[in-house]
Amino acid sequence: MAGNVDALFVFLVVLSTLMSVAIFTMILVFAIRFRKRPGVQAEQIEGSTPLEITWSVVPLGIFMMIFVWGAVIYFQERTPPQGATEVYVVAKQWMWKLQHQEGQREINQLHIPVGRDVKLIMTSQDVIHSFYVPAFRIKQDVLPGRYTTAWFHATKPGTYHLFCAEYCGTQHSGMIGQVVVMEPAQYQAWLSGGPATGTLAENGQEIFQQLGCSTCHRSDTQGRGPNLVGVFGKPVQLEDGRTVLADENYVRESILSPAAKVVAGFKPIMPTFQGIVSEEQVNALVAYVKSLSQPPAGAAGAPKAAAEPQK
Amino acid sequence: MATAAIPVEREHYLNKEYGIRSWLLTVDHKRIALLYLISITFFFFIGGLFALLIRLELLTPAGDLVQADTYNKLFTMHGQVMIFFFLIPSIPAVLGNFLVPLMIGAKDLAFPRINLLSWYLYIIAGIMMLHAIVTGGVDTGWTFYTPFSTAFSNTKVVEVGLAIFVAGFSSILTGLNFVVTIHRMRAPGLTWSRLPLFIWAHYATSIIQLLGTPVLAITLVLVVLERAFHMGIFDPSRGGDPLLFQHLFWFYSHPAVYIMILPSMGVVTEVIACFARKRVFGYSFIAMSSIGIAVLGFLVWAHHMFVAGISLYSALVFSILSYMVAVPSAIKVFNWTATLYKGSISFTTPMLYAFGFIGLFTMGGLTGLFLAALGIDVHVTDTYFVVAHFHYIMVGGAVMGYMAGMHFWWPKISGRMYPEAWGRLAALIVFIGFNLTFFPQFVLGYLGMPRRYWQYSPEFQVLNVLSTAGATILAVGYLLPMVYFLWSMRYGKLADDNPWGAAGLEWKTTSPPPTYNFEEEPVVTWEAYNYHEIPDPAEVAVER
Amino acid sequence: MEQQKDAVTLGMWLFLATEIMFFGGMFCAYLIYRNWYPNEFAAGSRSIDLILGTVNTAVLICSSLTVALSVRAAQMGKRMLLVGLLILTMLFGLAFLGIKGKEWYDKYKEHHVPGASFDASDIAREYPQIPIDESHEQIFFSLYFAMTGLHALHMIIGLGIFTWLTVMAWKGRYGPEYHAPIEIGGLYWHFVDIVWIYLFPLLYLIDRKPLK
Repeated sequence: MAGNVDALFVFLVVLSTLMSVAIFTMILVFAIRFRKRPGVQAEQIEGSTPLEITWSVVPLGIFMMIFVWGAVIYFQERTPPQGATEVYVVAKQWMWKLQHQEGQREINQLHIPVGRDVKLIMTSQDVIHSFYVPAFRIKQDVLPGRYTTAWFHATKPGTYHLFCAEYCGTQHSGMIGQVVVMEPAQYQAWLSGGPATGTLAENGQEIFQQLGCSTCHRSDTQGRGPNLVGVFGKPVQLEDGRTVLADENYVRESILSPAAKVVAGFKPIMPTFQGIVSEEQVNALVAYVKSLSQPPAGAAGAPKAAAEPQK
Repeated sequence: MATAAIPVEREHYLNKEYGIRSWLLTVDHKRIALLYLISITFFFFIGGLFALLIRLELLTPAGDLVQADTYNKLFTMHGQVMIFFFLIPSIPAVLGNFLVPLMIGAKDLAFPRINLLSWYLYIIAGIMMLHAIVTGGVDTGWTFYTPFSTAFSNTKVVEVGLAIFVAGFSSILTGLNFVVTIHRMRAPGLTWSRLPLFIWAHYATSIIQLLGTPVLAITLVLVVLERAFHMGIFDPSRGGDPLLFQHLFWFYSHPAVYIMILPSMGVVTEVIACFARKRVFGYSFIAMSSIGIAVLGFLVWAHHMFVAGISLYSALVFSILSYMVAVPSAIKVFNWTATLYKGSISFTTPMLYAFGFIGLFTMGGLTGLFLAALGIDVHVTDTYFVVAHFHYIMVGGAVMGYMAGMHFWWPKISGRMYPEAWGRLAALIVFIGFNLTFFPQFVLGYLGMPRRYWQYSPEFQVLNVLSTAGATILAVGYLLPMVYFLWSMRYGKLADDNPWGAAGLEWKTTSPPPTYNFEEEPVVTWEAYNYHEIPDPAEVAVER
Repeated sequence: MEQQKDAVTLGMWLFLATEIMFFGGMFCAYLIYRNWYPNEFAAGSRSIDLILGTVNTAVLICSSLTVALSVRAAQMGKRMLLVGLLILTMLFGLAFLGIKGKEWYDKYKEHHVPGASFDASDIAREYPQIPIDESHEQIFFSLYFAMTGLHALHMIIGLGIFTWLTVMAWKGRYGPEYHAPIEIGGLYWHFVDIVWIYLFPLLYLIDRKPLK
């Protein structure tokens, strides 16, 4: 992925250099060849429509080609592959908080195994930040009030800079960290080195029960709220006739602003949990709801199974 | 032929009346232009001072010159002062105000008193800005992104927002004046296709000023209301959308960059034609490309938001439109180059600045192609690559065009010649200093150094040191003209009506012009760049 | 004179174009949020006084009539008629502002003014079947106050302009050969009127049919 970006970059450097050199040389040559000399008059040339058309159409054609090339790379950058390992990121002034599916939490550091697709699901607690890893050529703004995503696939072990790239106040330039890419064996060692906290989804299940969500969202059709099993990733029919996709943003909004989208056949009685749950807890709940849609391999074991590289 | 006559001090716009009242209550567009000249030069130095402090801090990776909050205020106010109080007014309010009526053969602009009002609004805005600067400053970045600016910053956001609001009205009124003047006050015989391209450039600029600035105005009003009354329009914790702010902000701020560059392009066209002594190649294409840039410039704003969270499909649309807006600029560069072909070229100071413009604007414009490419933008946006890109266009382009224009029309404005050797030296120093300051920043950006960083990772230091070295050289290059222009007002050689042998109605009146510009209203029967009819000044005996 | 009138008229039209862009930013914000929060916008719209709004619309339309008639009076050189019509226009303008002030006061009493004391629970209670998010309701009211406030500010400026015109008309400055200021003042007033014609349905007439 980074290689693709560099390829286009190099192409553009070469193209720009050629264009600049061409123009500068022409100007230099004209300036010398046609410098003012006694007795020699300038020739009054009005223009040349064929020339104008040529040097409008040809650059336009080249630009369109660059556009397509850049768009293709962008499309890949913005389409995380299926089965990527998910890491939840919460940005705040002035640090990065990361939650692994397996339960590990990190601050300003992200440990990941080499050769695996990693998808970041990110939100901010306060102002706009931006998750930037120059070595991977990825950058994505992190907004308050919603999730944005980014993904990458590290190919070489090492430690790489993580920078905040959207000005966010006093310590914007201090909101930096590292992405530590490890060999798979080392990564497993690191995983088991931390305190046993349970996976993110298990964490979410605990919160789900503690806050009483399971009272209404039962795993049958008797609840006052919709059954959440199998909901994630599918279209949902709403009370006002719209159909929306149940993605991370939908689940988050349903927790924090439940009145915004009410499922068809249900009443708008769900209270809001804004101010009651932290962003990290919302992430855990989202992970839990996702786990309810995963192919069964034992409810608690499902997240671990999903963590194996699938493709 | 020379008669030993004692030169009688002829009456002109500068000596017609003396005294501060005659200046502060003037409605003469030429005097208003000079009032603007003094004011924007003052703000240029304020902005430049902030820039030097920024570059000094960046000599070392650690934040050791100023505190983080101070640094954040420095880059914010550098941007705001340079954009709103220097670049946007610069050419239109100084050269445009002075020359538009002269070039079209009119006595003044359509609304002389509104012109003075424009200047007073600018001054009021300037005073508000200065007050905000000395009582604490603002640290939101010139882009004011929400919710940081509305709910988190503890600085003078409201005051600066209002100052820029007032400055915006100054800009709108100038644009309005120019459009009406150009439509309604051209001398008999001066059809649209006989207009100097400087006028076409200012016409296009004025359209952008009229239609774009009000959107900035309302955006600032909403930010002020949100900050003062916690209304929540841009605050996600209250159901608002921070991206809405970005869309509204960039809807103006992208066309704003065309407000800053189009007048410079107009200047360059005039200078190249004169010092190649031939008509411009492709007149109608250059004229139409100015209009094209103005129109297309309104359609590309979200290319500042490719990683902000907009949808993939909007990103595609804005990327393709951004490539389209590059075409008219390319057309201009090709036409200028073609104008040199078979010309009779001299290397005066204005011409040197014009060459510098073409070179640096081309480089800046080409790097715009990088940024419009979605895949590349993801990596380099919000890094020094962007900083370098826009400084190439704004400083390497717009400011060099401004310098070219100031030197070219200085004889007309002041009645004096500036010292040519010093002029060329300063141009060279500026060119070298500029490239040393900003070229390393392209590399820094690609290597991953983000912008607005008070402290940075040590591997970026060498390039930062180069950049700071360049900035000091650039500063010298800018100080020199200040000194020698002032010097020339007293000791410079007296200027003829037309020392360059240039085309254009402004050269058909005295240097400096009388208050009402022309002894008799001109009647125009010739094309814009009739260099085949104008004798080269060196070939005409001049009496002294 | 003719060229001058041409010039000032063109100038005024250009200025009005900038005003359209100015209001346009807020109309844009309105469009987006109404699209996202249709229920809150409909509920908020029903809570503002339709009768007062309609009366105000009528008042402004009448004022535009008196403005148009005043231009005609100037063209015909009828000084007293001109002065009378200008004063009548201003009276309509003042009436508009008075009624708007009453509306705002009502909203203030109902705690619908955005800010620390905002409380839309009364609206939420009125529609138990429909989910009403109070923060979204606050956005409706923010836009309501911002848009009508900006409009009222332009009205006040218009009154200032018309005071000046009335004084000049009284002094006999305007007649068939010269009445450009009346015409361009009229253009400005008509513009302020037209902005209201858009604001009225967008703010007061969202989904006014009776609830099932």
